[in-house]
Amino acid sequence: MNGMVNSMGVGGHFTYVITVFLMVAGLFIVIAPGNLIKKLIGLGIFQTSVYLLYIAPGKLVGGTAPILSDAYTVYSNPLPHVLILTAIVVGVATLALGLALVVRIREAYGCIEEDDILALDAAAQDSTPTKQ
Amino acid sequence: MSFLQHLPALQVVVPLMAAPLALLLRRSNYAFLVVLTATWAALAISTGLWVQVADSGPLSYAIGNWPAPWGIEYRVDPLNAFMLVFVSGVAAVVLPYSYSSIQAEVAPQQHYLFYTMFALCLTGLLGICITGDAFNIFVFLEISALSTYVLIAMGRDRRALMASYQYLIMGTIGATFIVVGIGLLYLMTGTLNLADMGKRMAEVQGSRPVLAALAFLTVGISLKLALFPLHQWLPNAYAFAPSAVSAFLAATATKVAVYVLLRFYFSVFGQSQVFGRLPMEEMMLILALAGMFAASVMAIYQTNLKRLFAYSSVGQIGYIILGLSFGSVNGLTSTVVHLVNHGVTKGAIFMLLGGVALRMGGTTLARVQGMGKVMPWTSFGILICGLSLIGLPGTAGFISKWYLLLAALERDQWWLVFLIVLSSLLAVLYVWRFVEVAYFKEPRQDIVAVSEAPLGLLLPSAVLVVATVYFGLDTSLTVGSAARAAEFLMGGLR
Amino acid sequence: MLSPEHIVLLTLVLPAIGAVAIALAGRWPNLREAITLLTAVALLVWVSQLLPVVQSGDLPTVTWLTLMPGLDISFKVEPLGMLFALIASGLWIVNSIYSIGYMRGNQEQRQTRFFVCFALAISATLGIAFSGNLLTLFVFYEVLTLVTYPLVTHHGTTKARDGGRVYLGILMGTSTVFLLPALIYIWHVAGTTDFVAGGILADKLGPGALAGLLALCMFGIGKAALMPFHRWLPAAMVAPTPVSALLHAVAVVKAGVFSVVKVIFYIFGVDTLLSAGATHWLIAVAGFTIIAASVVALGADNLKRRLAYSTISQLSYITLATAVLAPLSIVGAVIHIAAHAVGKITLFFAAGAIYTAAHKTEVSQLDGIGRRMPWTMGAFSIAALSMIGLPPAVGFISKWYMISGAMAVQNWWVVGIIVVSTLLNAGYFLPIIYRAFFVPAAHDAHDHPHGEAPLPMVVALTTTAAATVLLFFWPDVPLALARQMLTP
Repeated sequence: MNGMVNSMGVGGHFTYVITVFLMVAGLFIVIAPGNLIKKLIGLGIFQTSVYLLYIAPGKLVGGTAPILSDAYTVYSNPLPHVLILTAIVVGVATLALGLALVVRIREAYGCIEEDDILALDAAAQDSTPTKQ
Repeated sequence: MSFLQHLPALQVVVPLMAAPLALLLRRSNYAFLVVLTATWAALAISTGLWVQVADSGPLSYAIGNWPAPWGIEYRVDPLNAFMLVFVSGVAAVVLPYSYSSIQAEVAPQQHYLFYTMFALCLTGLLGICITGDAFNIFVFLEISALSTYVLIAMGRDRRALMASYQYLIMGTIGATFIVVGIGLLYLMTGTLNLADMGKRMAEVQGSRPVLAALAFLTVGISLKLALFPLHQWLPNAYAFAPSAVSAFLAATATKVAVYVLLRFYFSVFGQSQVFGRLPMEEMMLILALAGMFAASVMAIYQTNLKRLFAYSSVGQIGYIILGLSFGSVNGLTSTVVHLVNHGVTKGAIFMLLGGVALRMGGTTLARVQGMGKVMPWTSFGILICGLSLIGLPGTAGFISKWYLLLAALERDQWWLVFLIVLSSLLAVLYVWRFVEVAYFKEPRQDIVAVSEAPLGLLLPSAVLVVATVYFGLDTSLTVGSAARAAEFLMGGLR
Repeated sequence: MLSPEHIVLLTLVLPAIGAVAIALAGRWPNLREAITLLTAVALLVWVSQLLPVVQSGDLPTVTWLTLMPGLDISFKVEPLGMLFALIASGLWIVNSIYSIGYMRGNQEQRQTRFFVCFALAISATLGIAFSGNLLTLFVFYEVLTLVTYPLVTHHGTTKARDGGRVYLGILMGTSTVFLLPALIYIWHVAGTTDFVAGGILADKLGPGALAGLLALCMFGIGKAALMPFHRWLPAAMVAPTPVSALLHAVAVVKAGVFSVVKVIFYIFGVDTLLSAGATHWLIAVAGFTIIAASVVALGADNLKRRLAYSTISQLSYITLATAVLAPLSIVGAVIHIAAHAVGKITLFFAAGAIYTAAHKTEVSQLDGIGRRMPWTMGAFSIAALSMIGLPPAVGFISKWYMISGAMAVQNWWVVGIIVVSTLLNAGYFLPIIYRAFFVPAAHDAHDHPHGEAPLPMVVALTTTAAATVLLFFWPDVPLALARQMLTP
């Protein structure tokens, strides 16, 4: 299987523009200070951009579904879908783990705003470790 | 024998199967035994693979008999054979240690979960090292990362939760960058097999997507590496995780990330001229130097020993990357040798600090006063490892420093030589903070009756401390393997 | 009968084994002291057995282990190393006797750790003495720094800790920043770091590079106390006096100047340096150190501080004489290694004796003390004569050779420096002797009657003072070894 065939012109780069937009938007949400769950959402958006990056080029112009048949010669690439399924599962697992952590943090700190948590930590700086 | 043929697959499968088994066996002792058996079996397998590769050259194994480059290939060459032995060796020492250390640091009802996650983490790390498929690297990277997040969060201090969360965010960003890079490479070369990618790179070298892929991969791996300035997650993670986790991570996690970098740079990109297009060497040089100095200086000002040595790790990773930036055989030898030397040294230090936390109630400088009197063996062990960080002859750290300086001298870069030696003087400063507090002060009133760390903690630590000295005197194993790996990687460059 | 190679390894290992035995015997002081003395005597016996072998021209060579591909830890006993080993092992016995008296007389703490570190320091010193290549020398040099640190910071006070910081900082700093890169560069350029007569750098480097490399080596050998890296010496005076004696006479500074001579002679080579004119700067720096240190010594009232700066000055004599690169002056330098060792150790023994018996530390307090402590001050006087360079002390012989060597190559600056500094030496030693014997003691209200120092200390210092005189009349061994080094 060869490399992907991209059609020329603005239309062909449309998906990449969306990809970059999602990537940067997601990253911004992650980096901006604030709610811990919001950061996880940002992370999810960031990961979604990757899915698009893989899948969009997989659809070849004039390509059909990847089921072998004598009538067709150009097939879309199924491999990116496989990879992205894996990536989605990884993303889900990460999200689940992140949310579980947020629940525990809520129990331990009483809030889930990053600034407040840092302030609580700074206040309790040199005291003996708090039990969870 | 068909059993031996499947060693590469078993390297990953054995610890992988141990994880759900440990999960089902809720009794912590049974879970421990299962994971211990799997870990030591993994060590035996990796040794077997190493011997095979030393005898007959690189091994190739097709998962499910799907031939490369369409199927996933496990490929063992001199570099990753060495890594496999190292990772499984460290795990084999840290796991017995963890049995004693988590008694005080992790809630009893979670012990079996700890062993489960440990087995998964080991699976992930071994998988990264052995696979020859780019996307497979990502999968195993995430396996090890997710289990690491859980392990860190098991720490007693509530700050472990935030440390784990922060690591999760940064680690996932890193992994996602890596997968973007892999995706771009796949788009341009049409294959996911690393060796195949390397061959096909010649046709597409210099094109923008490839350069972008290089950039994404570098940034993503640097996040996992804790290369300055992407190191923010490391100090908190090492400081608040359970001691066994800190030891295991400090010894292996970042080192495996270096391996991934080496693999991509030399086996994939190496066979093209991509390095000439982007100022990779200069960038790595500057970042490495910045890390060496900034992190070492920050280490000097820390009041908690675990954080102090965590920052020290960031500095030492700077040395590793510096060796890489030279792109010479001696530079790469220094990098690979320091992976092992530093891994062994830092693993020993964090294991010893676990004993300190147990007996002295914490690892802040205020608490460990006079430690030399009440815990003489532990203090001596930390001293020896500190001397290795400084690079005293007779310890492993000296060997790495020798090759790094030699690589710099070969290029007649005297200014760099002096920067390297000056930064190792910074190591003297932060190690001596420990020495002065431990040996020059009297123990606090409330801890005078403290005794030495229990044998279950002391013995595994002693193994790594002895290794630190041993690898400083008998370097046939480390330098021999590293030199072979370096030549193998550089050979692919031509 | 053991082969010379086995004896070499045995001498290296013996003090280390002794250290372990001393540590185990910590609870029984008499047994512990006996082990120290027995080990020291055994060491001298074994080391002496190597002397005839070396003098016959058959230099024992041993490779211990291969550290890295192409880089071995190996040992080779050549004349200079033989002399250094004899000095170190001989003086260890005397220093041990003295230490026993001092530690017990002052009821010092942590004596076991003291004697253990002493033994380990001797082991490291022998490693330096017998080193067969620069890497081996470097390894044991670093070990020596580390092993003497607990000795310097023995008292465990804040002052001790600060002194230790300066000590470690300067010694480790210079060796890491200067000597290590130089070592690796030498290996890179010459393909070996072996000590070979005539040097290994012939035709490999231009004159500028050679001078630069020499600078790295000389400043990297911080133990030779070349200015401006000399501050560790006075800082280390915070240690108990037996440690100062060890540092200044037996091990540390001797290791420094020994390394200087060895590197100049066996790595660079006299001819290579002569043709490149690469040592002019070194003569200037060493000369400056001699004069400047002597001037500071003139103004120092604290006795140990005055002796410290005297040491800095005397060490640079050796560096200066070697840098002149004349055969006679190198002979002078080698003999001075021995002369300064026995002389300085006597002076420090005397200082410690004065402290132990009379609790006095300043020169201004020493009026009339010669009456009460005749043996101590007698020995002090003889040793001072050696430092100044007057007969019948061996210091006269070494100075004679140094001046002859300088005159032979018509380096009048060097002659001038030696003459001026001799006068300065007289200026800060003779007044002490005069005041001790010829000025009546001041009547202090808190002065308490005291006699001589404890017997072991007096035995030690009279022995070394006697050695100073004996070597003047029978300088055969050092002289023969020095000559043998120059004409292999």
